[in-house]
Amino acid sequence: MANEVQLRVNDSMRTVTAAPDTPLLYVLTDDLALQGPRFGCGLGQCGCCSVLVDGLEVRSCITPLSRVVGKSVTTLEGLPAYYAARKKLSRVPDLHPLQEALVAEQAVQCGYCYNGQIIKGAELLFKTPQPTEAQIRTAMNGHICRCGTYPRIMAAIQRAAKAMTTTNAASTTEEVSRA
Amino acid sequence: MHDSDTHDVDGTPIVDRREFLKISGAVVVSIGVGNIAEAQAPAGAGAELQRGLVSGPPDPAALDSYLAVHSNNTASIYLGYVDLGQGGPTALCQVAADELDLDFSQISIVRNDTFTSTNGFTAASRTAGIGGVETRVAAAEARRVLLGLASERLKAPVQDLTVAKGVVSVKGAPQRSVTYGELLGDKPFNRKFEPVRYDARGAATPRTNTDVAPLKSPSEYKVVGTRVPRPDMHDKVRGTYEFMQHVRVPGMLHGRVVWPQGQFAGSVTPKVVSIDESSIKDIPGVRIVRKLNFVGVAAEREWDAVRASRQLKVTWEPFAAVLPGHEGIHDSFRKGTTNDIVVFNSGDANAAFNQAGLKVASATYRGPYEAHGTMAPNCALADIKADSAMVMSSSQGIFQIRDTVAQLTGLPADKVRVQYYPGSNTYGLSCYTDVGEAAAIMSHELGKPVRVQLSRQDEFGWDNYGPAHLADMRGAIDANGKLVAFEYQAWGYDGNGVGTASRLLALGPSQGGARGGGGGARGSGGGQRGGGAAPAQGGSFVGGLYQIRISQNDMYDVPNRRLIEHRLDGRGYLKLGPLRAPLDPPYFFAQEGMIDELAYLAKLDPWEFRKRNISDRRWLGVLEAAANAAKWTPRVSASKVSSARVVTGRGIAVGTHHLQPNQGDRITYAAAVVDVEVNKDNGRVIAKHVYGAMDCGLAINPGIVESQIVGMSVHGTSLALKEELQFNQTNVTSLDWNSYQTLRFGEHPAVTPIVVQQLNEKSTGAGEEVLPAVVGAIGNAFFDATGVRLRQFPLTPRRVLAVLKSAG
Repeated sequence: MANEVQLRVNDSMRTVTAAPDTPLLYVLTDDLALQGPRFGCGLGQCGCCSVLVDGLEVRSCITPLSRVVGKSVTTLEGLPAYYAARKKLSRVPDLHPLQEALVAEQAVQCGYCYNGQIIKGAELLFKTPQPTEAQIRTAMNGHICRCGTYPRIMAAIQRAAKAMTTTNAASTTEEVSRA
Repeated sequence: MHDSDTHDVDGTPIVDRREFLKISGAVVVSIGVGNIAEAQAPAGAGAELQRGLVSGPPDPAALDSYLAVHSNNTASIYLGYVDLGQGGPTALCQVAADELDLDFSQISIVRNDTFTSTNGFTAASRTAGIGGVETRVAAAEARRVLLGLASERLKAPVQDLTVAKGVVSVKGAPQRSVTYGELLGDKPFNRKFEPVRYDARGAATPRTNTDVAPLKSPSEYKVVGTRVPRPDMHDKVRGTYEFMQHVRVPGMLHGRVVWPQGQFAGSVTPKVVSIDESSIKDIPGVRIVRKLNFVGVAAEREWDAVRASRQLKVTWEPFAAVLPGHEGIHDSFRKGTTNDIVVFNSGDANAAFNQAGLKVASATYRGPYEAHGTMAPNCALADIKADSAMVMSSSQGIFQIRDTVAQLTGLPADKVRVQYYPGSNTYGLSCYTDVGEAAAIMSHELGKPVRVQLSRQDEFGWDNYGPAHLADMRGAIDANGKLVAFEYQAWGYDGNGVGTASRLLALGPSQGGARGGGGGARGSGGGQRGGGAAPAQGGSFVGGLYQIRISQNDMYDVPNRRLIEHRLDGRGYLKLGPLRAPLDPPYFFAQEGMIDELAYLAKLDPWEFRKRNISDRRWLGVLEAAANAAKWTPRVSASKVSSARVVTGRGIAVGTHHLQPNQGDRITYAAAVVDVEVNKDNGRVIAKHVYGAMDCGLAINPGIVESQIVGMSVHGTSLALKEELQFNQTNVTSLDWNSYQTLRFGEHPAVTPIVVQQLNEKSTGAGEEVLPAVVGAIGNAFFDATGVRLRQFPLTPRRVLAVLKSAG
């Protein structure tokens, strides 16, 4: 039966009334009107619904609401702010560097799977800031793209990794100058 | 640079939906950029003349049907081509910008809507080829009207005027200027003109009126031919792009269909025996919709609808076990009763094959059924009222779904308004019609707006599949490696089905053509006018495509050619529908495989063999472009087969998307070279690098064409190596991403896209043609690597191990 549940989503506390077995996806899309995570298979197979829970990518279509209580959920909408917090940047950028890189590579076609591609790619870049091609292939393998844009996502992840090195250097400088 | 406010290629959703709502009485919430805003009429919306007040399509001879110029000196175009994720509308904006002397950023395309859009159908690579011409002609006409107005305003003859960014000024006196917005801002053109008309097949009717606005010559293009970034990309990476799946309206219910898991043969209509309503009694407030054999559930909360759809116990009449199963499909074709049609015969193929001194090769090629595999299962929202209806849909043809909904609800078509919201990739007839029907039926029954989201299993199980293919190929060459005769015998059926919900309601052709056999596809000879053994005159889906294989668009110079179609009764098989380059991947797998076999027989390098047998410069051009990019080293295929456990090979092939015979001037030329690696121990084939070249005439946006080549190269690799629809004797069993395999991120090849730009040629399609070339080239690369030919795709590990074993 439906309960009132408190959730931390994109760094703000939200209260929803939903049965605890409700997959997180339906709460994010129907109750919180978020457009990042989206329905692709409902089976955890494709990655369209991915979100970060305490920084780790999970499939919101098969994650019951009860499982994320007390944890921090980040959706695509909250990714730039989450990135800024993780990297201790003084300003929240408009986009995560991977989002910028995907535009620079003109990677997107239909774009439906890109929520998951970006969430997973961002998770990879947090864990492995300079991933090899093999590491990218392994990390991203659970995210299907039927437009066949994998080569450009690959290029964008590599581009973002480079850009983030520069950003990190810049933000370090900023920290220093402020100190 | 990007500005989503002034340049949303997908349209101006809020304005459009508001316009609609005034008529339907519904209230729509637009989930926009991070907030929820109730739609309300914008200031000045009434200035949009009568647009959006009556059902379309609007008069094709009225300039206002295509374009509007706004007070802020921007323009909107209203063409009926939707963005299927491939960037077509960006190209149309580029065309309009050049012809109107506007910047790209000053043009936007309005959301497709049956009350405002012209009647385009976004398929078969028509957007650039046809939509581009329609846009150019209308924009040129608009510019002529605007210059006439400017001439009066500036008191200067038209020939003394010049235009840049929509600012008209007198040559040599730039201070004497006026903007398009000042001249016409949101007022109608009220001008008739003669558009270029196209018939249902896409053939153009030349204009007869000589008083038409002259079109710019390619040398005057500033925006066309450049790599304008796609304006939808920013919203897509940010998550603010509104897909059909995102649309919600107040008071709506979430609906789910309850259909059998996986369709059965076309002759078997699913029949409900009973529904146990108590099976969902623990889910409060669920409404069950049953109409004949259509079953759906609806609830206020989406999860309740999902749970109810999974839990509701529906007993279906047992399905007859009449399908051959995916392993048996080709034998079933071969054994089936066929209507044999000599579709094409030039020269005397029979006699030619019997000539002395020729080398002849013959072989059978096979391909599987394939699914569209949309990333997003289709979704639709319908609000059916007593006297009007509104439907939001991802259909490639909004007027088609409008007419279907009218039929289902009994409303006049002009009272049904359909608006397009993009879904994910579709590449043809995925289940967007089925879900639109379902939403309409459920809303009609429940009296509330209903949003229906298909499940992954619904989408895979009730798709209109790409056809399985069986072909006997035969070719003969002379001592100089010149083709003398080529024959293609193909087995297939006409299975362009009706929507699932219509089928369950026993409506439409599935019932009409059912004599004795129940529903099903449009009956095997459905498009075969006159029947008998006479050559069919087009019409039917698959049959129509077969006809033109080696007759119309053939790239090889062959004096004696024959095409025989063995047409089966489709009622014992699965539904079919157009799937990106329909039938071309299996056809080119077979054609280019046989060409390769002949090259090998001639002891010639496969590129050299093709050069010897092709004279058309554009076909030679794409072959050369792909081969040069790949640094092709001439050698006979399989002349360096290694005994290593992991071997490499390289293949080459041409490809295109075959058009109807009377569209012969819109051919796109494609070629691919693919490098593969074959692991003889585990049978795994990996495509390492795809070099894809395409000549689509004037590439309006070479950047978008390149991204299409990248996508087709990956998709083609997926078809060649992975995709195969599975089904047993009763029904389809590929219902998810495990049981329907697709190429994964880790398996993707590197891709080098090459656009062969032809500034002075007509723009043709760019979203289908490299696909079949890649499938053919992978088959040929496998032979080069192993010295063994595998004539059935996908080249799965099991098939690879079997063919290597049987070859010793």
